[in-house]
Amino acid sequence: MSLLKVNDLGVQFQTHDGFVYAVNGVNFELDRGQTLGIVGESGSGKSQSVLAMMGLLAKNGRTTGEALYKGKNLLTMSPREMNRIRGDRVSMIFQDPMTSLNPYLTVERQMTEVLELHKNMTRKAAKKRAIELLEAVRIPEAARRIDMYPHEFSGGMRQRVMIAMALLCEPEVLIADEPTTALDVTVQAQILSLLKDLQRDFGTAIIMITHDLGVVAGLCENVMVMYGGRVMEYGSANDIFYHPSHPYTIGLLGALPRLDHEGGELMSIPGNPPNMANLPKGCPFSERCSFASEQCVNELPPLVPSTAGSTVLRACHRPAEQLAQLSEEVVHG
Amino acid sequence: MAEIKKREPLLSVRNMKVHFQVSAGDKAWPWAPKKTLKAVDGVSFDLYPGETLGVVGESGCGKSTLSRAILNLIPATDGEIVWMGKDLRQGTEKDWHAVRRDIQMIFQDPLASLNPRMTIAQIIGEPLRVHRPELSEADVMKRVRSMMAKVGLREQMINRYPHEFSGGQCQRIGIARALILEPKLIICDEPVSALDVSIQAQIINLLKELQREMGLALIFIAHDLAVVKHISDRVLVMYLGREMELAEKQALYEMPTHPYTRALLSAIPIPDPALERQKEIQILQGDLPSPINPPSGCVFRTRCPLAIEACGGEVPKLRPITDRTRAACIRA
Repeated sequence: MSLLKVNDLGVQFQTHDGFVYAVNGVNFELDRGQTLGIVGESGSGKSQSVLAMMGLLAKNGRTTGEALYKGKNLLTMSPREMNRIRGDRVSMIFQDPMTSLNPYLTVERQMTEVLELHKNMTRKAAKKRAIELLEAVRIPEAARRIDMYPHEFSGGMRQRVMIAMALLCEPEVLIADEPTTALDVTVQAQILSLLKDLQRDFGTAIIMITHDLGVVAGLCENVMVMYGGRVMEYGSANDIFYHPSHPYTIGLLGALPRLDHEGGELMSIPGNPPNMANLPKGCPFSERCSFASEQCVNELPPLVPSTAGSTVLRACHRPAEQLAQLSEEVVHG
Repeated sequence: MAEIKKREPLLSVRNMKVHFQVSAGDKAWPWAPKKTLKAVDGVSFDLYPGETLGVVGESGCGKSTLSRAILNLIPATDGEIVWMGKDLRQGTEKDWHAVRRDIQMIFQDPLASLNPRMTIAQIIGEPLRVHRPELSEADVMKRVRSMMAKVGLREQMINRYPHEFSGGQCQRIGIARALILEPKLIICDEPVSALDVSIQAQIINLLKELQREMGLALIFIAHDLAVVKHISDRVLVMYLGREMELAEKQALYEMPTHPYTRALLSAIPIPDPALERQKEIQILQGDLPSPINPPSGCVFRTRCPLAIEACGGEVPKLRPITDRTRAACIRA
């Protein structure tokens, strides 16, 4: 049985203009020590899919499908059961550490609370453990700093406090929602190397949500590319980065200014991000896709293996061979 | 490149300093003497017509303050800003007004930099109304329309308000507003960092295209070194208000000479799994020092892997390392 198995996950929001389908038909499996990267631009549904799994959707949101943690469906759990798993077995790091930490409580109180609740530790033992974790994420003078308030830490340090807090109970799954987006590159490098070490030492499975393809390349084994609430392409990092076969994946890679290529003109994807309340009937990317045909506009492409027996899944009416040349050009600069 | 060098620089910044007086700290008495925060501390560079100078550095390095000081939006404390041979810091507010017709700015947050209560026709036409009052309303609208077409905005959008546009479109409006006066220099302060990758590429391509067409010079401020590599001719690397390295693009990215530039470049994730996993990252230890109390000598020495005792002595000046690179480092 895999650690986490997501089947046909969907998220809808009720709004004044009817239902908005934020996430549709997301499937994946995650085992101990594996890393999955979910890539997409704003509004692609990448954050909402994991928030749904954690039971953290906004009030007007509802879910379909299932997200099985060791066979138990996270989506239909009672809040009481959910509270036992969330923060203990499955925990999450958010993008903005300042708004995700409580400004009124010291770091010590916020961290010990988790251990008192989940592990029935005494405050004293919990504090000792919290200091150990802060040291593990390389916060200097952890024993002194633990009594400080969040505003007394720098941005990179706050993010490290968040990571330490998420790891307090040694979770089996760590969900990181754009954990380094708000940070400078040198700090980002510190945090990413920390995540890699933690994964090696604790065997934590990580779901990494990001818009930065570089971050994914360094950390993730498998990559899921999302657009307009749907999975466009899913495969190993090597497949996605060296043989992208979906026009959106190719477009994303081509649009990226790169240090390892000589720059000509960037391949831009025309048009604007999709309006989630008013998606096309067919492929959500069809409006901006230079390969779109009549069929793409009217008919939703299923997510199927790119060739028979392949581990790469793609949702595109165009056969992969037709895109091979462009894919080649983008990958080799 | 060599040809450009022979021409007169459009803009010369000499030893610019921008210092702020700040309170001595949370726990200090209100009457305690104020401390000095050195946001920009002695930056010099030349910019030639039609050239793009990239300015990179992490948050707090002074790159945005520098850009605002060039336009006197934040007054510089010391130094010279020479625009086409004339020192602007000696000039009056009237002189600045004239200069701002030639130097325009594009801001980071595309929506926040547009007035929500003006239509985009009013927004794009505003610089003309301020700087070219002699133009008739019909003339203004004609120019607004042609500028909208240039930046890829459809004509029927002309009476809409900023909130009706996506981030990328708002940035196009910002670009149209900056270009309508046909300036010689545009200062772009993180113009694409708030945008999605696919939209970012559209805006970068648009800026490059307009630059070619109108012969603009650009100062392109960003924290993303890959974006800067793509658009710049020369790059200035800043850290804690000081210049670390100023080099031609090729030289900087192929052979960075300053240890900070090297650390910065190594930290950027490359979207290539094999390269990214085998690449050696120089992790910088510790945090950015406070700009109120910067380290003596070289400000980077507290985190520099090559630092020696002498680094704490004198402040290193930019010195030529190769004919295409200058770095402020005694160890380079």
